[in-house]
Amino acid sequence: MNAKTLYDKLWDSHVVRQEADGTALIYIDRHLVHEVTSPQAFEGLKLARRKPWRTGSMLAVPDHNVPTTHRAAGIADPISRIQVETLDANCAEFGVVEFKMNDIRQGIVHVIGPEQGATLPGMTVVCGDSHTSTHGAFAALAHGIGTSEVEHVMATQCLVAKKSKAMLVKVEGALGKGVTAKDVALAVIGTIGTAGGTGYAIEFAGSAIRALSMEGRMTLCNMAIEAGARAGMVAADETTLAYIKGRPFAPQGEQWDKAVAYWRTLHSDAGAQFDAVVELDAAGIRPQVTWGTSPEMVTSIDGRVPDPASAPDAVRRSDWERALAYMDLKANTPIGEIRIDKVFIGSCTNGRIEDMRAAAAVARGRKVAANVKLAMVVPGSGLVKAQAEKEGLDKVFIEAGFEWRDPGCSMCLAMNDDRLEPGERCAATSNRNFEGRQGQGGRTHLVSPAMAAAAAIAGHFIDVSKE
Amino acid sequence: MRKFELLDGLVVPLDRANVDTDAIIPKQFLKSIKRSGFGPNAFDEWRYLDHGEPGMDNGKRPLNKEFVLNQPRYQGAQILLVRENFGCGSSREHAPWALEDYGFRVIIAPSFADIFFNNCFKNGLLPIRLDADKVDALFKAVEANVGYKLKVDLGLQAITAPDGTVYKFEVDAFRKHCLLNGLDDIGLTLQHVEDIKAFEAKHRAAQPWLFA
Repeated sequence: MNAKTLYDKLWDSHVVRQEADGTALIYIDRHLVHEVTSPQAFEGLKLARRKPWRTGSMLAVPDHNVPTTHRAAGIADPISRIQVETLDANCAEFGVVEFKMNDIRQGIVHVIGPEQGATLPGMTVVCGDSHTSTHGAFAALAHGIGTSEVEHVMATQCLVAKKSKAMLVKVEGALGKGVTAKDVALAVIGTIGTAGGTGYAIEFAGSAIRALSMEGRMTLCNMAIEAGARAGMVAADETTLAYIKGRPFAPQGEQWDKAVAYWRTLHSDAGAQFDAVVELDAAGIRPQVTWGTSPEMVTSIDGRVPDPASAPDAVRRSDWERALAYMDLKANTPIGEIRIDKVFIGSCTNGRIEDMRAAAAVARGRKVAANVKLAMVVPGSGLVKAQAEKEGLDKVFIEAGFEWRDPGCSMCLAMNDDRLEPGERCAATSNRNFEGRQGQGGRTHLVSPAMAAAAAIAGHFIDVSKE
Repeated sequence: MRKFELLDGLVVPLDRANVDTDAIIPKQFLKSIKRSGFGPNAFDEWRYLDHGEPGMDNGKRPLNKEFVLNQPRYQGAQILLVRENFGCGSSREHAPWALEDYGFRVIIAPSFADIFFNNCFKNGLLPIRLDADKVDALFKAVEANVGYKLKVDLGLQAITAPDGTVYKFEVDAFRKHCLLNGLDDIGLTLQHVEDIKAFEAKHRAAQPWLFA
C-alpha cells in the first residue's frame, strides 16, 4: 500500500463520489454555523422548500455581532440585532442546536467547537468562515466555505470540492523563551507569503509542533488561511486525545476506545509524499510583529520597517509603499520604537485560556502605559472567561488597567462596537492586519498575546523574551 | 444562477496585489440578511471619502475621484483586471455578491485566493487566471487605450483582445458546465441522493460516534 499523508487519509475517507475531472462530492461530518454567513443560506433552503439533511451535524452560535459589554441589555445596533435574531429563529425553526448570546457556552465558533468536543479527529468540518482551518489542529479536514456552500452542505450534507495539493511545514527544535505558536504562524507566513499556501492543504509537523498544546496548534492552523491554505492540520497524538477526553460532545466508554484506535492512525505515513515541503528552525524564530497591511508583511521584534526600495519586484514595491503610507510608518524604523494607541487580546486565533494566561503573566502587577487609550481582553468563549476568572486572571487584567469583556469576535473584525478610530494604532492578537479590518483607517500590528500585553505595559512594542 | 456564455466587456484595471475581501466589501455591510444590494458598497473604503454605513444614500456620498472605479472612462466596466492573490482573507460570499451586483461578470488575475475563487462560480462570476506577464500586458493595454474591451468566450475558454491577440484560459469542466447552463449545485448534488445515503450508512457503521 502506498504511504499516505494525513490529508490523503482524511480526504479518501470522505469521498462520496468522484467525477472524471477530479471534482468530488465530500461528506461533511460537522457544520458550524454563525449569524453572518448563514441567513441567506437558510433563506435559500426555505425558498426551495428544502430541509437540512442532518441537523445533528450542525452547531450554531452568534459571535461576530455580539456586544462585549452590557450584554444583558441586548444588542443596541438594530441591524446587528436582526442578524442575531434571524439565527435564533432559523435554529428554532429547523431544530439546530444553538448556544445563544447569554448562554455560558457561547463564544467564537472556532473556540467553542473544540471546547465542546464537537470537533473530533478524522472529521470533515466546515463553517462559513475562513478561520475554520483552526479545527485542523485535531487531525480533522477543516476549512471555510461561502454561503452558497453553507446552503449546499445544509441541503446535501456534502460539499463539491477538488482535492488540494499537500504541503508539509516542518518546524524542528525548541521554541525560545517568549516565542509562541502565533510567532511560528507569522514566521511561516513571512517565509511562504500570504499566497504561498494557495491551492494547498498544509500539515504542520516536527518536534516544535508536537510540543505545542492544543491551543497552540489551533492558533497555528487558524492562521493557515493567512498563508493562503484553506486547511491546516496537525496529526493526532496523546496531546489531542487528552484535550478531547470528557468533553460534552466527545464519545465515551466503548465508543471512546474505538474512536481512539482509529484516531491513532491519523498521521502521515513514513515516506508519504508532499507536493511541497517547507522547513523552519524553531530556535531561529523570534517574537513576530507585522508592520504592514498583509500578514506576510512581518518581521521580528529585533527588526525594522523595511525600505520599499529593497522590495524584490515592482508589484511588491508599490504594495510596500502603499502599506507604509497607510500604516504611517517610515522605512527603517526599529519595530521597538513603534508606539501604540490600543491593544486587543482575543479572537479565534488567540482567545483561549492559554492565551489569557500568557497575557496575564506579563500584565501581573504592572500598569498599562499612559499613551495606551484602551487595552481590552476579550475571552474566546463564556467558558474561557469563567476559567480565567476562576484563576483570578480577570483581576490581574483589571488591576493593570485592561478592560475585561464578554466573549465574541469583537475588534478582530469590528462588526460590533469594538473598533479602531481612523489613525489609531493597535497591537492585536487577531489574524488580519488588512486596511480597515479593525475599523476604517485603523492600523493593526499582529502579535502574540504575551507581546500584546507587553506592548500595552510599555506603550510600544518590546521584546517579551527579555522581560 | 445567471448563465455565463459570452461577454464583450469594458475592462477596469485595479493595480493592486493581495486585494482582500474586507476591502471588496467592508464588514459593516455584512450585517444584511439579504444576498442583493451590495454593489454600491463594493470597495467602499476606497471608493468614497466618508465612512460608509448600511442604509446611507450612497448617491449623496463624496466620491474618491482618484479611485479607478470612479474614473469616467471606466464607467460601465464588466471586467475587473487585478494583480495576484485577489480575494484573500475572509470567506464572505458578500464579496462576489458585491462585485456581481456592481456589474462585473469577469475577473482576470494571475492568481486568486481559493475560497473566493470558489464563491465566484456560485454567483455567475467568471474568475480567470492568466500568467502574470499576460496580466501585465493587459494592464498596459487598458491604461493606454480608452474604452478598452475584451471578448470573453467561456465555451472556447478564450479571451480576445482588440488587436486580435487570443489568451486561452483553463477552467474545470464541472464549473464550466454549471456556469454555461446557469445550474445550481444543490440540484445537481441531489441527483446523487442514493450515493450520499449509501456513504452515510457505511460511515455511520465505521465511526458511530460521529452520529451521536
